[in-house]
Amino acid sequence: MHIADALISPAVGGAMWAASAAAIAYCSKKVRETADDKIVPLMGVLGAFIFAVQMINFTIPATGSSGHLGGGLMLAILLGPYAAFLTIASVLTVQALFFADGGLLALGCNIFNLGFFPAFIAYPLIYRKISSDSTSRTRITVAAVIAAAVGLQMGAFSVVLETVSSGISALSFATFLLLMQPIHAVVGVVEGVVTASVIAFVAHARPEILQRSLLPDCTQAVINQTGEVFTASQLSTYSLRGVVLTFLVAALLTGGVASWFASQQPDGLEWSLAKVTAAGDVKGKQGTVHNVLADFQGTLAFLPDYSFKKDTSVQAGATEPMNAENVSKIGTSVSGVVGGLLTLALAALAGFLLRRRPLAA
Amino acid sequence: MNRITAALLDLKRLELLAHGDSSIHRIHPLAKTVVVIAFIALVVSCNRYQISALLPFAVFPIVVTSQSGLPPVFILKKIILLLPLLLCAALFNPIFDRESMLQIGSVTISGGWISFFSIQLRSVLTIGSAFILIGTTGLNAVCQALRCLGLPAVFTTQLLFLQRYIFVLAEESARASLARELRSCGNKGQGIASYGSLVGQLLLRTFGRAERVHAAMLARGFTGELHDRRARVFKTADLRFVIGWVTLFLIFRLHNLPMRIGSFVTATFP
Repeated sequence: MHIADALISPAVGGAMWAASAAAIAYCSKKVRETADDKIVPLMGVLGAFIFAVQMINFTIPATGSSGHLGGGLMLAILLGPYAAFLTIASVLTVQALFFADGGLLALGCNIFNLGFFPAFIAYPLIYRKISSDSTSRTRITVAAVIAAAVGLQMGAFSVVLETVSSGISALSFATFLLLMQPIHAVVGVVEGVVTASVIAFVAHARPEILQRSLLPDCTQAVINQTGEVFTASQLSTYSLRGVVLTFLVAALLTGGVASWFASQQPDGLEWSLAKVTAAGDVKGKQGTVHNVLADFQGTLAFLPDYSFKKDTSVQAGATEPMNAENVSKIGTSVSGVVGGLLTLALAALAGFLLRRRPLAA
Repeated sequence: MNRITAALLDLKRLELLAHGDSSIHRIHPLAKTVVVIAFIALVVSCNRYQISALLPFAVFPIVVTSQSGLPPVFILKKIILLLPLLLCAALFNPIFDRESMLQIGSVTISGGWISFFSIQLRSVLTIGSAFILIGTTGLNAVCQALRCLGLPAVFTTQLLFLQRYIFVLAEESARASLARELRSCGNKGQGIASYGSLVGQLLLRTFGRAERVHAAMLARGFTGELHDRRARVFKTADLRFVIGWVTLFLIFRLHNLPMRIGSFVTATFP
């Protein structure tokens, strides 16, 4: 479910980076406050564990195909939401850097899609509520399946929103949604069953590990100055509000800044639309997508700038208006091909000339 | 060779490349990180029907690879292995976007195919630059750079822990996984039931290991942050590296150079 750099626009990537960075800062603060300095190495080692476990496949019953664990929900159950979010973020960072699983610019999107939903929605609001910290296998399984499925549905939906609002892929909102949601419903159920089988095993073999993971919440349930006692569940909703607010503010801020820059762009939207032959069709199709988008998040309103169709010749025209008018479409494409080949040859030559030579003895 | 062991060797090789010594390796990690981020942002900011304007950006990965002495075949192989995934991601563009856009002779090319190739090209460029960053810098130094950019220490410290323990844990799970494969003839017994207890066992051992590691680190004076033994100073050369490349990227982004060269050539030699 990782988004690649090639499919997102800088505005979407940047906004999600800001949102994820803010959440990382918030969670780091929370983790530091728990004052349990054991947790940082534990997070790292569990992150590595998720990596290792993702390499072990299991057979999915009745299908014959095999799958592997995602691990977001499992980390949340073992570490609690804040530490789990940071660990998922670092697993994704290593995947982006070493395996190019999702790109660097898309990292913010991926951290949000795969980290935020399991750690802050699926675990506290669904898993904990249903399982209520019992060790019964059935209860854990039901809770994990529902939580994992809901988390992945939200993540998949967020992938659709980010991709469609980036406007690189030609898939329409509805089609992409129909492709993503059913697949991830199945993936979610499998993830839930697998997570439950591991958690149930741990709950029987070493129940204190699961108890400890609840500790960060419990230790925070201190009595405040007025003598009022906060329970863990009260606190979790309090902190959840903090996280959601951080995300919202960051997204609004970057959205605002990005839209300000976008409106400074000289390539007029109307102008490029007029140049597109089937302007009416495009407008209708894209319009509905953006209506839906606008309903979901007013901040994304600047995005039409990025997702309307632009002609290659229009783009060339935006930088060199003289050329675009003189050169016919075919002429432009031939020039593009010739120039492109020459550029590549020049780049290769530069690479060859600058090649690192072994040091002379 | 076992699949997991192969993936591990690949990972180790990429990490080892960062120990090399070249003018690129010596550049401050912050400078390299900033340049790569600027590169990716400017590449993906091109519109989706753009192919020719993306080509000059190839200069960066090509030049840096050759200057740093990274093995180009290794990097290319890693990129090519990822292409099938990206082909799937872009597959729908030619299907849904059939409006014709370009004509070369009697062949008409639809917008969908143009954006399809544009996506492939973007992928190769962005993935290549990320591999180059890690191959010439290493995760340790990238974490330092992220720290300079304001990411919290808690995050970077556990990221480094993660990287250190991937090898230990992955080798352990490779052995466990191999043992399970050998015992389950014809794939029976590879199901979720055995998976749960296998992974559960690994998890328990992982917890034990994390505790021992932490105790050992405390005994050696660990205060919550990891340090790099190489102290680095941001020099003028690093600043030149950043300004030079970012300016070049901006020129590539603002002017469609191949189109200019092409129209010059086709006008001169009609």
